Amino acid sequence: MKLIQIKKREDMSRKKELLIRIVAVFLSLIFAGLVIKILGYDPLNVFSSMVNGAIGTEIRFKQTILKAVPLIITSLGILVAFKMKFWNIGGEGQIMMGALGATFVALNLPDLPRLPLLGLMMLAAIAAGGFWAFIPAFFKTRMGVNETIFTLMLNYIAIKFVTYLQYGPWKDPGSQGFPKVAMFSKNGTLPTLFGLHIGWIIALVLVVLVHVFLNHTKKGFEIAVVGESQETARYAGMNIKNIVITAMILSGGLCGLTGMIQAAGIEQTLTSTLSAGYGFTAIITAWLARLNAIGTLVVCLIFAVLLQGAAYIQISMQIPAAAADMIQGIILFFVLGSEFFIQYKVSLAGRLAGLRPTRREAA
Amino acid sequence: MEGFLAAALVASIPLLIATIGEILTEKAGLLNLGVEGLMLLGAVMGFIAGYESGNPWAGLMGAFLAGCCGSLMFAILTISLRANQVVTGLTLTIFGAGFASFVGKDYIGLPVPALIRETFSPLALPVLSDIPLLGPVFFHQDVFIYGSYFLVIIICLYLYRTRFGLNLKAVGESAASADAAGVRISLYRYLHTVGGGGLCGLAGGYMSLVMMSVWVENVVAGRGWIAVALVIFAAWNPFKALGGAFLFGGLSILGFRMQSMGIHVSQYWIDMLPYAATILIIILSSRNNRKENQPPADLSVSYFREDR
Repeated sequence: MKLIQIKKREDMSRKKELLIRIVAVFLSLIFAGLVIKILGYDPLNVFSSMVNGAIGTEIRFKQTILKAVPLIITSLGILVAFKMKFWNIGGEGQIMMGALGATFVALNLPDLPRLPLLGLMMLAAIAAGGFWAFIPAFFKTRMGVNETIFTLMLNYIAIKFVTYLQYGPWKDPGSQGFPKVAMFSKNGTLPTLFGLHIGWIIALVLVVLVHVFLNHTKKGFEIAVVGESQETARYAGMNIKNIVITAMILSGGLCGLTGMIQAAGIEQTLTSTLSAGYGFTAIITAWLARLNAIGTLVVCLIFAVLLQGAAYIQISMQIPAAAADMIQGIILFFVLGSEFFIQYKVSLAGRLAGLRPTRREAA
Repeated sequence: MEGFLAAALVASIPLLIATIGEILTEKAGLLNLGVEGLMLLGAVMGFIAGYESGNPWAGLMGAFLAGCCGSLMFAILTISLRANQVVTGLTLTIFGAGFASFVGKDYIGLPVPALIRETFSPLALPVLSDIPLLGPVFFHQDVFIYGSYFLVIIICLYLYRTRFGLNLKAVGESAASADAAGVRISLYRYLHTVGGGGLCGLAGGYMSLVMMSVWVENVVAGRGWIAVALVIFAAWNPFKALGGAFLFGGLSILGFRMQSMGIHVSQYWIDMLPYAATILIIILSSRNNRKENQPPADLSVSYFREDR
């Protein structure tokens, strides 16, 4: 006789669902605190310093927003792919290639007026990022090649390639031997609004666009169907190969755009560390947002606090910023676990519950 | 040439052990993409255990246990709580990377104790090491490498010649049939995921304790992912994994060799080689449609008896 009964449930209210998730996040923070405690730091102090470092002053808050921007756009890219169960973990590489495309334009046409130059840089970035995502999508649809490993390997190749350019052909001759790519011209950098580069406006617009695309267009619907069941999609006469490839180009294009924004808004040049792990963090944020475009906005803001907070405690408390990666992992572990309690009803089947039918049978 | 092949073998060992670990996991029907994270957990905990105790076996034990703990988390989430395996595995990698650089911060640049270095210094096996070419490459190595030869043999025997191996295959191919035949699905899945994860941890421990012998951040550098690809290349067969790992071990040290031989190819291009070769291999493997080279049919499908 089983003591625990597990039943599938479909009737959970959204309020209760949200409650379970909040409890999961809360528990994960307690667990992360325990780990931090074991490692010899005071968790309360660490957490409060992180929050203080992320939103304590106006400058820090702006830094947080600047970290939220690439995270939001990359998450949007990732969620388009994840929605059709195409595991694109090549965000890092696609960001890099996007930055590379934008840099190519910026270095070759530095004297173009600002608007066309930035426009061309964006197009180049979207094209380069999209191309980097197209390669695995092509092999996936034609030959069934595992996209997880493919996209991941392309990350390494993109980063090595950018490093090669930075130390080789694209090295700025005017940098006295220091291996860096030349800075963009003034026209090749993003203008600012309210003291922040306009990437934040782009991010907000994209959230709305991706939301509309996924929920209110034919193509968006098709992506969701392919993700739910390829059989259904085939039965409905959809061209699965086409849908997968289009969606992946879109996914990579969005990640590529992130690369352009980081290059033109933050670094004002190309560096081999520009992607800064956003491609991986975006996997977590996209999943936590339940692959919902509006949801990513909220989740990414919270995660930006975590990232900026970690960057702050690295300086103020000499705790490596990797602490943020660890905490992110723990949060997602708990949320992944909590999904179970949303989908299934767990109840203790006591002796009585188990015995009753037998008695009836006897009678 | 002998020197190159011997070095290639050393470089292939962590790939081999991690690949075997992942083969065990996938044979049970679980796709654990957290190999990279497990290797990092093993690398850091193995290094700390070895550094603090000065004992080589304590170091390896620490690495193994760290891998077990990491994969136990994965197992609880994916087997009992039926979480998405792909996302859980990725999370494990992110967590492992963060944990390793967080915990390893105080050890950066510290060398492993002398006793450990001595224990893992190359040891020529009598008679065998005198065989031309093969001797110096395969039988003038450290004890860990000899141990991994045994591991391959034992795992092969276990998978193909025992009842447990047969049951395991059933669990991975069709959990529902195995369940009907009275095999305890969850038990098999837990044991092989945790054991496989332990091997991944051990692979990481070998990297930090023996190959590097100082703690450097991100020692694993993508090898966990290459191991995941090697599983496909090896068609879930530990013996074939031996060959695949050797090939990749060679590729990963090719750059150093070419430089020392005075051939000037940009370091960055050579660095790309193992990753590009991995892509090539998964493309080539996907063209291989023979029945025995297919993944376990129930790979990454969680089993829930009440769902049948």
